[in-house]
Amino acid sequence: MADTTHQSQGFWHLVWRQFKKRKMALASLGLLAVLCLIGLAAPFLSGEKPIYLSLDGTSYIFPNVIAYKDLVSMDFDGWKPGPNDHAIMPLLPHSPERSNLMDMLKAPSKEHLLGTDDRGRDVLSRIIWGTRISMTVGIVAMGLAVFIGVIAGALAGFYGGIVDTILLRIIEVVLCFPTFILILSLIAFLEPSIYNIMIAIGLTRWPDVARLVRGEFLKLRSADFATAARATGLSDFRIIFRHLLPNALAPVLVTATFGVAGAILTESALSFLGFGVPPPTASWGEILKQSKDNVDFAYWLVMFPGLAIFLTVTAFNLAGEGLRDAMDPRLRQ
Amino acid sequence: MSQSDAILQVKNLKTYFKTDQGLAKAVDDVSFDIVSGKTLAVVGESGCGKSVTALSIMGLVPEPPGLRAGGQILFEGNDLLTMPEAKRRAIRGNDISMIFQEPMTSMNPVFRIGYQLSAVIRLHRGLNKSDARTEAIRLLEQVGIPAPHQRVDDYPHQMSGGMLQRAMIAMALACDPKVLIADEPTTALDVTVQAQILELLRELQSERGMAILLITHDLGVVAENADDVVVMYAGRKVEQAPVAELFKAPRHPYTMGLFAALPSLKQAREKLYVIKGNVPAATQFPTGCRFNNRCPYVQDRCMKDIPPLEFLSGTAHGVACWEHENLVKSKETLLAEQLETGDLHGE
Repeated sequence: MADTTHQSQGFWHLVWRQFKKRKMALASLGLLAVLCLIGLAAPFLSGEKPIYLSLDGTSYIFPNVIAYKDLVSMDFDGWKPGPNDHAIMPLLPHSPERSNLMDMLKAPSKEHLLGTDDRGRDVLSRIIWGTRISMTVGIVAMGLAVFIGVIAGALAGFYGGIVDTILLRIIEVVLCFPTFILILSLIAFLEPSIYNIMIAIGLTRWPDVARLVRGEFLKLRSADFATAARATGLSDFRIIFRHLLPNALAPVLVTATFGVAGAILTESALSFLGFGVPPPTASWGEILKQSKDNVDFAYWLVMFPGLAIFLTVTAFNLAGEGLRDAMDPRLRQ
Repeated sequence: MSQSDAILQVKNLKTYFKTDQGLAKAVDDVSFDIVSGKTLAVVGESGCGKSVTALSIMGLVPEPPGLRAGGQILFEGNDLLTMPEAKRRAIRGNDISMIFQEPMTSMNPVFRIGYQLSAVIRLHRGLNKSDARTEAIRLLEQVGIPAPHQRVDDYPHQMSGGMLQRAMIAMALACDPKVLIADEPTTALDVTVQAQILELLRELQSERGMAILLITHDLGVVAENADDVVVMYAGRKVEQAPVAELFKAPRHPYTMGLFAALPSLKQAREKLYVIKGNVPAATQFPTGCRFNNRCPYVQDRCMKDIPPLEFLSGTAHGVACWEHENLVKSKETLLAEQLETGDLHGE
């Protein structure tokens, strides 16, 4: 390798350089970053509680995210600042959860940019807060799946023999379940909460990761540098997780990216069926659920949350594809 | 060589492998001593059990299919084979370290050279991160890598084979080992680099007084670097001698064949001697002497009984052959015979 400037370039450097050349993937990654920001900044973008409040001479910073004792009993619903008060409101002064029966099923207007649902809740506000749910569920559920999958796969591939056999049988059993039905029944037994959904999705998605990692480890364990690492006296644990695992992570990252898209879709589907995040928490699937009774005229209840799901899932898939291509030396540009 | 000199003693080592074709006796009843400050070379064709011997000493034979079938490996009097794994790990890479045949694949591709070196230094010597890095740079300098301050942050793919082998040696030397096992350290390198690496090993040995177990199939390397030589064939030790003695007067037909197959500077020849056939698969070693199906001097007795290693009286030259006292044929005679029968390609 000609290296005149002598600058050490790691694998991820090279991958990033390749990734940057793929415009669709880069745009998707940008969109995902924006979605993450929206999720994180949801209380500042939309809500009924002000960002800054000066009430009777007392100042409150960020009452929208910090629970002040004095403000516990305060009802911000329809609240207007008095002459001595001052408040800075979020961009969109609608709570995602406040129903208003006077404003039921309103079409998009200046007041409600994306209309309202069948309880008069602002759809844009709910989509913004739903981003939080979707991104969290997607990333945490897949994170759990990757965590379990990597450990199981690494142990199975590295040790082989009886360990491999047992883990493979478990993987096969989990893969045999119809995933969605399994999640539905898990949710039915557990309390409906966002955490249980993440756990349920994570517990059904790890076998894919495990099989991938196992395959990588079967290849890696007989690599010369694995023997060399053993010859230096490192323990199995360090060899597996410090030396071999980084060599197997690239394909895992690709699978994880696709997996996040899948997890988001699963969460939306669960919410659509009413098994998802418990109401009144906003979720994209839950908004879609509202639409099914009013689909004949309330296009905004179908289009906007549907678009949000579509864009997010597509962005994850495109980013994953870009990552996969960027890592493949045969597709170097 | 007396018992007390030997830092590492391999006694009747037997390493077998369980395969579908049966038990493969890859190393069968092999013994030798490694002495501090000296180099012991193990030579033989591919598949003779040289590398398995090295891996057995390191405890790196995968089990299963590997099987410790017997023998002892005594390091400073303690048997490595019966030692608990944790104790063994403390010796591995610290007191006994190893360099491998393929430098290009023996370094982890995702980590910088410096990181891999410091990992070993930190593990065995308990240095902190920055001290370990300084030490890594010092080691790289010692093995002759130019600009070690920059090279320490290289990834393996940025180095050439010779450089990587130097880095591997630096890693093996990180903890000042008492025994260094070099498994064909120069096979993957080109000839000029080969000479440099061997020179480096010699220098480091005279500085540090460590023992080297040099595994090779290159008799030229043996002649220049070894003090003593063990010749292995089909998992057994067939001959053992100080290097000068062995090169002057090889006594086992296999060793004689190896020397006869070397091109000579004195006489220009078109044809070289060939030992007929190949090393048999480890599951199909013949009964009796394992060389009997390729040996030009084979007798009835060779087909039945395994010859023991006998030392020529008053010397350190041992040979495992029933007929070694009757063997006088020179290289020239061997070649002439082979040319007569037209049997040049081992058919």
